[in-house]
Amino acid sequence: MFNYTFQWKQAMARLPQMLDGALVTMQIALLSMLLGILLAVVLTMFRLSGIRVLAGFTKTWVEIARNTPALFQIYMAHFGVASLGIYLNPFLSLLVGITFNNAGYLAENFRGALKAIPDTQTRAARSLGLGAVGAFRHVVLPQMLRISFLPMTNQMVWAILMTSLGVTVGMNTDLYGVTQDLNALTFRTFELFAIAAVIFYVITKVITLGARLIAARLFRY
Amino acid sequence: MFDTALTANDFIFLAKGAWMTILVTIVSVIAGTVLGIVFGTFRYQVGPIWAAPLTFVLDIFRSIPLLIQLVLANAFLGTVLRLNLSGLTIACIVLSMYCAAYCAEIVRGGIEAVPTTTRRAARSLGLTWWQDMREIVLPLATRVALPSWIGLALGVMKDSALVYVVQVTELLRSTQILITRLQEPLLLLMICGAFYFVISFPLARFGGYLEKRWSHD
Repeated sequence: MFNYTFQWKQAMARLPQMLDGALVTMQIALLSMLLGILLAVVLTMFRLSGIRVLAGFTKTWVEIARNTPALFQIYMAHFGVASLGIYLNPFLSLLVGITFNNAGYLAENFRGALKAIPDTQTRAARSLGLGAVGAFRHVVLPQMLRISFLPMTNQMVWAILMTSLGVTVGMNTDLYGVTQDLNALTFRTFELFAIAAVIFYVITKVITLGARLIAARLFRY
Repeated sequence: MFDTALTANDFIFLAKGAWMTILVTIVSVIAGTVLGIVFGTFRYQVGPIWAAPLTFVLDIFRSIPLLIQLVLANAFLGTVLRLNLSGLTIACIVLSMYCAAYCAEIVRGGIEAVPTTTRRAARSLGLTWWQDMREIVLPLATRVALPSWIGLALGVMKDSALVYVVQVTELLRSTQILITRLQEPLLLLMICGAFYFVISFPLARFGGYLEKRWSHD
């Protein structure tokens, strides 16, 4: 049918290497997501703190993360920071870039979620004797995380897709990097990247389904 | 610290890259929106079962990295089909489909947000399907869909930074070329980031404003 001979066998022989890469991809995505959630919670606390400088810091972070390309943020973490004398290896720059992006988007999601939690709850908690941080931690935070569970799942999928950008800063152990290296070795571009695409598809589907199952179990009531 | 080797020519080079970014974005967003409206309406009209193949295909565009989509499209159109397409064409095709996949979802959401009773009322007043779509659904669905559509268009602009893999020199790529030559990454990246920010931020704000304004009525 096509004027081209597909060499699937040759490409399939590299599958184990690519699956190893997929593992690294998932590690980076998971790590950046955990760090991103932590940072986003801190950013949200800054926003709620009522201190101008801290709220402004959150605002700046969120707007930069949301209004510039993720690739730009990774470049910044790699080349930009390097000119300040801090040299990050590809793994770290990718992680920093994605975490920055995740934290910004999640902080915005948290802001939306906070609107759904009545202010009166905080006041009730405060008048029962909880401190400002205690009220946030025990009353607001659990509800906030619950409401933004679905956006968090989406962000996790985004994080997986964003790991493919690591190749631009020299990352070669993640799925995309491995595929790129194999491509340079064998020149079976279409076959190799098609397999990588299928792996990415399966990973994102597993995450979406897994999140749905976890949600059904966690939010039974 | 403040001296730089950046010359006026380099700025022209950056401006060319910026124009490429804008060009790719505009073409892809327009084509993607038209396709997205067609796909979204189709999905709503035929129901989840008959639309399953289309849903699956569109879902693929949202589940694999854009970088891989571009490389695959390039390899498929170039080496498998032996078409002689420019990188710009391939970038526009892929980004249009990418945009359409998200847009279909937004359009479907918009149509679903129109109450069935309103549409039945329109039909029982004698409006045809087409009139109902144009006079009733379009204005009401636009209110729901426009803020997310603005977000999508900005998303496509940001993601257009990846088209460098098909040899299109857009803004971020030209910045990188200059970085390689001038060795001033921070300054150049700041200029590049500022450009994206200046376009994206006001539009994102406008989208947020529309969302707020149109949700209380």
